[in-house]
Amino acid sequence: MSLALAIATGDKTQLPSRRDEAWRWSDLAGQILDMPATSPVGEAKGEGPFSVLANCTTVVVNGRGAKRIDLLAGQTVALRFVSSSEGTAHVAQMVVTVKGKATLLESYEGQATGYLAHAGLRIDVAAGASLERIVLADDAADAITVSLADVTLAPGASFAQTVLISGAKRQRIETHLEHPGGGANVRMDGAYLISGRRHGDITTVVDHIARDGTTNQLIKGMVRDQGRAVFQGKIVVAHGADGTDARMGHHALILSDCAEVDAKPELLIFADDVQCAHGNSIGALDQDALFYARQRGLPLDEAKTMLTAAFVAEVVDRIEHEGARAIAAAWTAARLEQG
Amino acid sequence: MLSIQELSASVGDKPILDGLSLAVPAGEVHAIMGPNGAGKSTLSYVLTGREGYEVTGGTASLDGVDLLSLAPEDRAAKGLFLSFQYPLEIPGVPALTFVRAALNAQRKARGQDELAAPAFLKLAREKAAALKIDFDMLKRPLNVGFSGGEKKRMEILQMAMLEPRFSILDETDSGLDIDALKIVAEGVNALRGPDRGMLVITHYQRLLGYIKPDRVSVLANGRIVAAGGPELALELERSGYDRYAG
Repeated sequence: MSLALAIATGDKTQLPSRRDEAWRWSDLAGQILDMPATSPVGEAKGEGPFSVLANCTTVVVNGRGAKRIDLLAGQTVALRFVSSSEGTAHVAQMVVTVKGKATLLESYEGQATGYLAHAGLRIDVAAGASLERIVLADDAADAITVSLADVTLAPGASFAQTVLISGAKRQRIETHLEHPGGGANVRMDGAYLISGRRHGDITTVVDHIARDGTTNQLIKGMVRDQGRAVFQGKIVVAHGADGTDARMGHHALILSDCAEVDAKPELLIFADDVQCAHGNSIGALDQDALFYARQRGLPLDEAKTMLTAAFVAEVVDRIEHEGARAIAAAWTAARLEQG
Repeated sequence: MLSIQELSASVGDKPILDGLSLAVPAGEVHAIMGPNGAGKSTLSYVLTGREGYEVTGGTASLDGVDLLSLAPEDRAAKGLFLSFQYPLEIPGVPALTFVRAALNAQRKARGQDELAAPAFLKLAREKAAALKIDFDMLKRPLNVGFSGGEKKRMEILQMAMLEPRFSILDETDSGLDIDALKIVAEGVNALRGPDRGMLVITHYQRLLGYIKPDRVSVLANGRIVAAGGPELALELERSGYDRYAG
């Protein structure tokens, strides 16, 4: 069951539905009446959000242009997934290998309406290498999109991810990571800013299969209007994966009565000598802080935007790549100001 | 300047202010003293428009403009400033960013141009130096991890930057050691002027040794029960509030 399979075969019964536990909050089957035609060849507009930072850029338009990317030490590569044709469907599959300290700047750009898109990535990080992956997902409000990354780390490697999403009709960024332990280090962050009637889903699975691995996860987000956010975070510590240190935090702001957040933090621990913790909170903006800001002269909406941006900033501030951090901060500010 | 007449207010079902009247002319500093629970902080919140404080009667105006019908930010733009008894922490917002946003929001509301970054930073450096605040501290999230005294100094820094027409200082002396108290008082005194007014709320006479009030009023049971010159504060220090209780 996957959107990729449904698009490839044209078989609607392959779509995940609410009967699938992993998709019960982000049902796709109920949203798609008929599988649309395959997307034609398309053309990307603009240079993408990260063009000024990248040594080179791979552009995948309507599923075409996918190619293997081999990242070497010191490289910063932009990867753009552009959807440019209305009401059609496409799939892209890619392999990314990492052999040094590198940065992958990935963007999902909706330049049409009503499309279906699936992007699949296999990311292999070699021993001693490290990858920082930053994802900006900006889809059309009526698009249905899934991005699924399968990440494999060698012992001693590190992987840091920050996913920033604004939702779509259905939008899901899913990451599966096999954690080899052995001093390997993982950061698996994300933020969602969901307005209107959009739906955004950040799903992660981290499998600690051997001892002495570290995972740190911070997901924060804001929903308003009739927006809906889903966070599913699973950390599995296998039998024998002692010495694992795994921490997960998910914190959400709900800014309207009709907005919704569904969160499922899961820690499955089969080893004895581990440190695992998770924290999950969902609430409204601090009324005292809002009054304080208004007393200083900030209009209510501006005060809300400032406090919400500050709330999400904790995620953005953890981005190590300075240029990407600035672009991510500007991106979140722009999403918040779009009322 | 500030005119309060027969002001009554409650929090939930509980009446706190009970027909309070007070006038502070331009150029004057009035001290409000009183026992715990008299309604001192309630008065500051009612004047600045905090939610949950319901006005049940009376009026309050600044320069003839009815304050009670305005949103908190509009009262601020009219020049009303409250130095909080317990300043809020604003995680994720550097102090400089916060003050600049506030200053420019007020200027915009008054139809003035925004203050450009270089001019703003120059002003911030000057005011911070006067209050002996390390400029680097202003790059940290506002009040997060600041000591009680640092928070109070940050309140006065914001006051100095915003240059309000009328300031309410709610127990600004609490949490300050004697050196910090002097610095804060100098900051406050620097803002005294013929077209500005202040309401200084305090338990103790100590602060009034440094910020000399023109008038002192005693607030008890939600109304002003005694008023006089600065000598009243000294007398209260000796005799306590007992005779105003009950």
